[in-house]
Amino acid sequence: MSLNTFDTLLVANRGEIACRVMRTARAMGLRTVAVYSDADANARHVREADEAIRLGPAAARESYLKVDAVVEAARRSGAGAIHPGYGFLSENGAFVEALDQAGIVFVGPPASAIAAMGDKSAAKARMANAGVPLVPGYHGDDQDDALLKAEADKIGYPVLLKASAGGGGKGMRVVESAANFQAALEGCRRESQAAFGDQRMLIEKYLTQPRHVEVQVFCDSLGNGVYLFERDCSVQRRHQKVLEEAPAPGMTAALRREMGEAAVRAAKEIGYVGAGTVEFLLDIDGSFFFMEMNTRLQVEHPVTEMITGQDLVEWQLRVAMGEALPLDQDELTITGHSFEARLYAEDPEQDFLPATGTLTRFAMDLEGAGLDPERVRLDSGVETGDAVSMHYDPMLAKLIVHGNDRTQALATLNRALAALDVQGVVTNRAFLQRLATHPAFRDAELDTRFIEKHEETLFAPRRYSTEEYAGAALVGLNQLSRECESDSPWDRHDGFRVNAPRTIRIALCDPAHAQDDDDSEAVVVVEGTRADNSGPWHLTIGGETLTARLDPLAGDAVAMTLDGHRRRLQARRDGNVVVMVDPRGETRLFWRRIDAIDHGHHEAESTLTAPMHGTVVALLVEPGQKVEKGMPLMVMEAMKMEHTMSAPADGHVASFHFHAGDTVGQGDVLLEFAPEE
Amino acid sequence: MSILQTQINSRSDVFQANDVAMRHEVGKLRELTAAIAQGGGQKARERHESRGKLFVRDRIDHLIDEGSPFLEFSSLAAHEVYESGVPAAGVVTGIGRVSGVECVIVANDATVKGGTYFPLTVKKHLRAQEIARKHRLPCIYLVDSGGAFLPRQDEVFPDRDHFGRIFYNQATLSAEGIPQIAVVMGSCTAGGAYVPAMADESIIVKEQGTIFLGGPPLVKAATGESISAEDLGGADVHAKQSGVADHYAENDAHALQLARGCVSRLNWQKRGQLKMQAPKPPRLDPSELYGIVGTDLKKPYDVREVIGRIVDDSDFDEFKRYYGDTLVTGFAHIQGYPVGIVANNGVLFSESAVKGAHFIELCAQRKIPLIFLQNITGFMVGSKYEHEGIAKHGAKLVTAVACAKVPKFTVLIGGSFGAGNYGMCGRAYDPNLLFMWPNARISVMGGEQAAGVLSQVKREQFEREGREWTAEEEEAFKAPTRAQYEHQGHPYYASARLWDDGVIDPLQTREILGLSLAAAMNAEVEETRFGVFRM
Repeated sequence: MSLNTFDTLLVANRGEIACRVMRTARAMGLRTVAVYSDADANARHVREADEAIRLGPAAARESYLKVDAVVEAARRSGAGAIHPGYGFLSENGAFVEALDQAGIVFVGPPASAIAAMGDKSAAKARMANAGVPLVPGYHGDDQDDALLKAEADKIGYPVLLKASAGGGGKGMRVVESAANFQAALEGCRRESQAAFGDQRMLIEKYLTQPRHVEVQVFCDSLGNGVYLFERDCSVQRRHQKVLEEAPAPGMTAALRREMGEAAVRAAKEIGYVGAGTVEFLLDIDGSFFFMEMNTRLQVEHPVTEMITGQDLVEWQLRVAMGEALPLDQDELTITGHSFEARLYAEDPEQDFLPATGTLTRFAMDLEGAGLDPERVRLDSGVETGDAVSMHYDPMLAKLIVHGNDRTQALATLNRALAALDVQGVVTNRAFLQRLATHPAFRDAELDTRFIEKHEETLFAPRRYSTEEYAGAALVGLNQLSRECESDSPWDRHDGFRVNAPRTIRIALCDPAHAQDDDDSEAVVVVEGTRADNSGPWHLTIGGETLTARLDPLAGDAVAMTLDGHRRRLQARRDGNVVVMVDPRGETRLFWRRIDAIDHGHHEAESTLTAPMHGTVVALLVEPGQKVEKGMPLMVMEAMKMEHTMSAPADGHVASFHFHAGDTVGQGDVLLEFAPEE
Repeated sequence: MSILQTQINSRSDVFQANDVAMRHEVGKLRELTAAIAQGGGQKARERHESRGKLFVRDRIDHLIDEGSPFLEFSSLAAHEVYESGVPAAGVVTGIGRVSGVECVIVANDATVKGGTYFPLTVKKHLRAQEIARKHRLPCIYLVDSGGAFLPRQDEVFPDRDHFGRIFYNQATLSAEGIPQIAVVMGSCTAGGAYVPAMADESIIVKEQGTIFLGGPPLVKAATGESISAEDLGGADVHAKQSGVADHYAENDAHALQLARGCVSRLNWQKRGQLKMQAPKPPRLDPSELYGIVGTDLKKPYDVREVIGRIVDDSDFDEFKRYYGDTLVTGFAHIQGYPVGIVANNGVLFSESAVKGAHFIELCAQRKIPLIFLQNITGFMVGSKYEHEGIAKHGAKLVTAVACAKVPKFTVLIGGSFGAGNYGMCGRAYDPNLLFMWPNARISVMGGEQAAGVLSQVKREQFEREGREWTAEEEEAFKAPTRAQYEHQGHPYYASARLWDDGVIDPLQTREILGLSLAAAMNAEVEETRFGVFRM
């Protein structure tokens, strides 16, 4: 095969992956071209590219998913090749064909390979041919009840009944025993018919404690193929990966080879070229089964890069140029251990509701946190000042760390998560910290239902300690006493008192308990006194008194000393919330005026506001119609997720302010609700 | 720019001794202040708390803006005056910032004799209203009082500056456009009922506040009607039936939140116009004030050492530096506000008095506030001075001080004796606020001088009668006078009787003056018209 030479690479993507691909491309001497939608006109990937070309309006289907616009952008910029990143057009066969016709190199597999893996059941048949183990199951067209039952019995319970046309968990049921089979089958068929207009079922073995282990493979156009070992991506939330690591804990050399070779066989079976990932379910007994193959570069590819020392994007580009793979299988080795944590703009406390806003700060002080830049990598598509919009995936960045072993890498991950300073937009950072510090995760008790299994401990509202209240009070008092609205001494907030220490009393409120109207324990009053404006504070909480001082370090990093115990952490007061972050986790406490508590007025909320920017999908009741508390009133959609507004009390909707299809901004009043007297 | 240089050796024995003595005095003051802040004792506090009511200082903390200053006045009021203790005279007064507006707060302490009004309670309440008028500050009354203290009705009720004056002031303050807000957090009986009734806006707390002209016992005695306090004049009655109260609060905290709301709707604007500078801390170390001043009034020091530790950047532009140098005059800034400073640096002579009058004229002309730092034994006496007319020269200073309409603030940093007190804007000259340091003394003359004068009269009497008066006898005669003057001239004695607005820690002087100046800027600075200066 001849070499495909190109000197200009267009990256048909956005966010961190666009930035990451361009970084390698530039290092290889290529000119980089970005594409953008109107929402991204000043996004980081656009700023970092040599050139950038507009695709269209914000909506992905009118920009990043628009094949002809991307091809035209390549033509306009003279790009000889296109890297699709992940998502968007990365696994779109029609796009690859369009590029072939236009004579532009696609950095990825041939259209035929994409098509082969795109059809899930056809793919499974081919994998079986290639000797890649499949989950025992029945995928036949004969849908006779007795036959299906016999197949299930043969596979052995528990089995998973799944709609052939299915997806998203609809028409899917776990059957624990033969006795329940018939009822489950009928239920699934009904759901499937309703959801997909199709009743066909398939049956699979249900694995009780499966892990998601995937193998990175690479093939060149000369017929060579290697595997770059495995990644464990078991920690998932609703099929979205959250924490990934490489290598997979508990992996033996023999199993690694077995899985790796099976993965390469799978790739070769479909004539694969480039970077691909073969996903397996690994059962507790060491048996593994083919799930699917992702015909693109994965989000989590950096953990593989960290343990192999290879740049996978460079490999992709070299293969796309027609070169042979840089290394043979026996030249590839694993060094140490790596983790990746995905930072999302979302609120784990509110059912992972995507968040929008402007990043008033996005930084990580490696040096201050004592982290080795060689061991910590932040792949980010954003910088301080960037807006996070509702239009695309809410992933902001990936934090990747490396250690000599899993324990060391995990410790580094926790330090790095604590050093990440993200402000202005709600993120899952604290949730990542809770995951990464969780004892079960530390002990590598991994499975794909990890988050569900540990829900109680991962989400449990925890009671903060006196020290944490003291710390939060200190952060707030320190900031308050430095605030000054004007030169008037009355506009200072340093708690001046005649012939007495400076005194400031504040109330702190544990957010997890703030909702309980009558939970007086939720509010903790802290009295801070100090002799002068530079001395230490004496904080009185309940019956305890602590001596406390705060010394600012770089950025939001501070040194906090409580009764002689000094520690370093990120701390700030963000409006009414005091946030403190250290490697053990995040503390968030509401700051309230002392008179804002227990004034005993609890009137039902009469309006409902949009929790975020989005679109109204449907109005579910008529104005004036009587509803009970908790009944859904309206559905809106934002960031590919639906949010239901429910009645805050018994009563009726007085009026809706929007129609289905309207766009609403965060905080917009959606409807007027009249609670019953 | 003329930055003051210090001549102080902070390692000298004198400095060290001064520092120890003053530190001791300030320590005593702070301890006493803390004890007074506890109000009427443990039992009364427990009872108060058990009713779900906040303590008076907690109420103020809830009322004022988060972390903002509270400039409390005269917490030593009634100290050791009545046989049984009446801490702070049973009422806490001061200036606090509420919803961004500086307000005078008058808050009864129901743990002290049920919040009843002793003679000094009345005086303190009236003084707070006077401060409000002078500075044009909205008034917030946190009412929780049983009314006049009946056993002393003769000292509380009938005279001009007695109980009735409170309501006279409410009416006339309101007439001047100074808002009057009352929060009824306990009883408001008899005369007390007029506090909310005379207010512009009033708030009452459910099941706590009551307002009535005659309480249930009086009603029972007068008409035989048997009725509970709540049914007679509780929140439900006044917020829903009578209209005496305007806002209904669930509890103390809610009431104070409502009061903050009232202030936020005042559309308040400050009227003073001073050309400010960015505030700068003094270059000289204020903590050296203790060692410079000490507690022995007889030890002289250069008052510029004090000025340099109070004014911004220790920058003091002196006026007539080399003329009448026992009075130091000059321009400076305190926390950014321009001020004219008049400070004693020895006994007043004719030149110093005339210089002072001249400087006060300048400040009045330019509408610059005046700060008087009093440390004065009096005017110089003797034939030379009488013959050159020191009386008329002193009179010029007194006239200037009396008539100047700019805000005036006086701090007694040492002695305040005789006509020196007048020329340096003593209480009678209506300074906006007057504070004392714990080392200060105030009396018509020094104890020694008074004893000397009296013994001189006595000696002359003895001599006329041809009797002998031994040195021992004379000393025995002088001692009680000296003791009396020392006792009555003490700042605690003075402050207990409201001759001042508080005894303060010298280290807080700069901050207190800054707050005072800023508060004074709520009012417009009037034009001054001086009386006849005798030439």
